[in-house]
Amino acid sequence: MNIFNILKEVEKVDPEIFDRIDPRREVFKHFGGFGKKLAAAAIPIAFGSMLNKAYGQNTTMPSVREVLEFALLLENLEYHFYLRAAATDIFPSAAGKTAFGVIRDHEKAHVDFLRTAISGLGGAAPTPYTDASFDWTANGLLGNATFTSYPTMLAVAQAFEDTGVRAYKGAAPALMSNDIVLQAALQIHSVEARHAAHLRRMRRDMASGVAGLKPWITMKDRGGLPAEFQGIYDGEEVTTQATVNITGTFGGITIDANAASEAFDEPLTVAQVNAIVMPFIA
Amino acid sequence: MAKNTNSVPEQGTLQGLKNPLNRRSFLQYTGAGVAASALLLAGCDDDDDMTDTNMSGTVNLGSGDVGILNYAYALEQLEAAFYTAVVALPNFSTLFTNATERQVLTDIRNHEVAHREFFKAAITANDASKIIPSLTPNLPTDALASRASILTYAKTFEDLGVAAYNGAGKLLTSAAFLGIAGKIVSVEARHAAEIRDMIENGTFASGAAGITAGNIVDANGLDVALTPTQVLAAAQPFIKETINASSLPTT
Repeated sequence: MNIFNILKEVEKVDPEIFDRIDPRREVFKHFGGFGKKLAAAAIPIAFGSMLNKAYGQNTTMPSVREVLEFALLLENLEYHFYLRAAATDIFPSAAGKTAFGVIRDHEKAHVDFLRTAISGLGGAAPTPYTDASFDWTANGLLGNATFTSYPTMLAVAQAFEDTGVRAYKGAAPALMSNDIVLQAALQIHSVEARHAAHLRRMRRDMASGVAGLKPWITMKDRGGLPAEFQGIYDGEEVTTQATVNITGTFGGITIDANAASEAFDEPLTVAQVNAIVMPFIA
Repeated sequence: MAKNTNSVPEQGTLQGLKNPLNRRSFLQYTGAGVAASALLLAGCDDDDDMTDTNMSGTVNLGSGDVGILNYAYALEQLEAAFYTAVVALPNFSTLFTNATERQVLTDIRNHEVAHREFFKAAITANDASKIIPSLTPNLPTDALASRASILTYAKTFEDLGVAAYNGAGKLLTSAAFLGIAGKIVSVEARHAAEIRDMIENGTFASGAAGITAGNIVDANGLDVALTPTQVLAAAQPFIKETINASSLPTT
């Protein structure tokens, strides 16, 4: 990541960006050369700090810090889940274990990325999480099945990924004041959607799998997950977007309600996401 | 009407297409020819040169949020036309012997048609004078020849779509449009994951990006994001009209 180039891009829309970051512009100009010598991990810290100083927070939206902390909680929940899950020996095939390892590593990268970005904002350190921060029984609902039953483990994974997709989607508008953070959030968002699709594929294809389960969400179908997880899918059944009715027949191709609902994923509010993940918080 | 029907075969000769059959089936199944005619009838005067320019020349996406919506509309048109042609292949069920795979491709076709029609309606409602016309797909001869070839193109289009939306989000000024883009991009990412898994199971979010240097998910766990210029450089070979993105916002 070349921070200096990003700042130059920002300058195109905000000619005063350099002054906002540091009124002693002449001093800041040296950052271009200095940045090349910074350790990669140090750059986001310095960068987040600059942005925090450069742009005031909107009082009606969650702050960038609040959004990033919210994302950090979700990413930690996922990371610590996959850390345990990928280490189990209940995978019927090596491919499944490999896929969980890939996803675990992505979630770890997201945790590290968010912690670094939050640190860069200044103020208190990012909230620390450990395995003990989470309740893998989902407040008793799943008993000890989360890491001992393969179908349950996949179901929980799907639940987390589909929730994650909706959570980032809901948070995006609160990040509009900050192009860099917005784009990074979108880049994480689509990775979560890729994970979700693969988990759904795994559940479709496993022994005694969920017949007809698709990589996308049809109406508000929870795909065989426990009824307690219905909140993850409520609202996905809409077939109208920005007052446009998505159903209809176009060039001989009929888009029914199922297809119309699948074609658009829906956002969740922070409160809705919190209600979904609360049973998993110790 | 006469001049519009005349201009359809003219595209084939102008472009020197290697396989006009594919092109015709695209037009037939997408209704692109009909839509283009309607737009031309509504939007053009009697100048024949104007008609030719619109049918085979340059399409300007415009500026501001509407320009970005047109950009998305152009990409969705390409995707919808591609999958429509795939599902309409006479040998679709012999290329894809697995019923689940046929369902996946049919679902994706439906989603892309839904996206295309959404943008068409939304841009028209926002400012009908700014919408771009229906575009003409321009696929290589072998694109639809085999399962492997179809999936390779599908992967390119899906990964490119994800990267396009990821890069375009910050260019929008309307929170409502950003919200819509967010609703679509995750579905494109689900498509991309499934297509990649159909090519090689387990590559849903790993391996080479293909559409750009490096991996599809980088060391920070981030998916690819590309600028409209980067995306259109990759997509232009598959669209007959020249897409002009010079007025799009860049920040």
